[in-house]
Amino acid sequence: MRLTQGQFSFLPDLTDGEITKQVQYALDQGWAVAVEFTDDPHPRNSYWTMWGNPMFDLRDAKGVMMEIDACRTAHPDQYVKVLAFDSSHGFETVRMSYLINRPAEEPGFELLRAEGPGRRIGYTVRSYATGRPSGKRYSGETGHGT
Amino acid sequence: MSGAADLLDPETRDGQSDAPSVDLDALYRESGIGGMLAGMDRELVGLLPVKTRIREIAALLLVERARRSIGLRAEPPSLHMCFTGNPGTGKTTVARRMAGLLHGLGYIRRNHVVSVTRDDLVGQYIGHTAPKTKEVLKRAMGGVLFIDEAYYLYRPENERDYGQEAIEILLQVMEDNRDDLVVILAGYRDRMEIFFRSNPGMASRIAHHVDFPDYEAGELLEIARLMTAGMQYRLAPEAERAMADYILRRMAQPRFANARSIRNALDRARLRQANRLFEARTSAIAVADLLTIAEEDIRRSRVFMQ
Repeated sequence: MRLTQGQFSFLPDLTDGEITKQVQYALDQGWAVAVEFTDDPHPRNSYWTMWGNPMFDLRDAKGVMMEIDACRTAHPDQYVKVLAFDSSHGFETVRMSYLINRPAEEPGFELLRAEGPGRRIGYTVRSYATGRPSGKRYSGETGHGT
Repeated sequence: MSGAADLLDPETRDGQSDAPSVDLDALYRESGIGGMLAGMDRELVGLLPVKTRIREIAALLLVERARRSIGLRAEPPSLHMCFTGNPGTGKTTVARRMAGLLHGLGYIRRNHVVSVTRDDLVGQYIGHTAPKTKEVLKRAMGGVLFIDEAYYLYRPENERDYGQEAIEILLQVMEDNRDDLVVILAGYRDRMEIFFRSNPGMASRIAHHVDFPDYEAGELLEIARLMTAGMQYRLAPEAERAMADYILRRMAQPRFANARSIRNALDRARLRQANRLFEARTSAIAVADLLTIAEEDIRRSRVFMQ
């Protein structure tokens, strides 16, 4: 199941040229661009691991692309996203966020039901991938976990 | 197949009638290079070898553009440069203008110069240098990286100096990201010689070695005129003669630093002018007095005492 989080997620994966243009747009707006990665694709997982500090003093997308490439090389089987942070008064929040790398195989989510008193049912989702310990979630091995 | 293949095919080359042609002059006019070069001539005094080299680079980039327009292969030329020259010959000034020029010519994407010295590149402990250098390179991407006094990067007396690490990272980026970054090294001639002798890789990756000559007395006077105008002052006619005198005397003295000495002399003249006006503060001061540097402001210099 293809993960759809953030901008552009219903489009085909962005090419490097397209990422460069998006990053340059963010930099031209004066936003700081950051790279983050995770192997827990749950939609409520807001704390992804930061790949270095947000890049506050860059003016050209090439510098960000170097970090993106480094992060993708280090974590080819994890989700990597690019964030653009707007520090101007009134916003002070992330203005752009999009995935730029995803594991080759995305197992998707399981729907869990918890029965409550009466006939009440509580629903939640759980990623099949998180059944295995962090770091082994997308290694492609089968036979254990889940 | 179009353009390139046809051009290289001898048969089509013989048929002159339909051979494609390129209007270089039109390209020149629409690129605005002429205006930029004229501006450079106006604002930079002397420096003939530098201007010649910049003209050559401009011509090369223009021809590259023409070649690309008809589909010929146009490898971006390597534009890493090294500026050598005595103190105060305008190396830093030219490097700062270079970004604007190369940006105007469409060679670099952004009009910015990141100016660094050894401290910004080299770390203090093991493992500190590489991230520091990469940080600077990332910031400079798309524009010009100007490394002033580049010879400090290499300390031959200490073989475990971290400068070598910075140089290696720099070399790799200069090679791999040639179309993203222009690196300009600057420094005094003799020390840069030593630097290049111990880093042959660096010398060979820099295509343009530009030597900044010392200024002539007349050029220095012209610089003094431009500087006073830039500071919104005016040299009185006698003061200008005094300045010419001053320059001749100062050039003969030790530690003469070309345009920098002129700037210092003007700063001191401003000091004396301010003092003179302050002493006479009981009477009204005309606007012209505030603007004008008088002869005595220059004649009272230490240089004339000896």
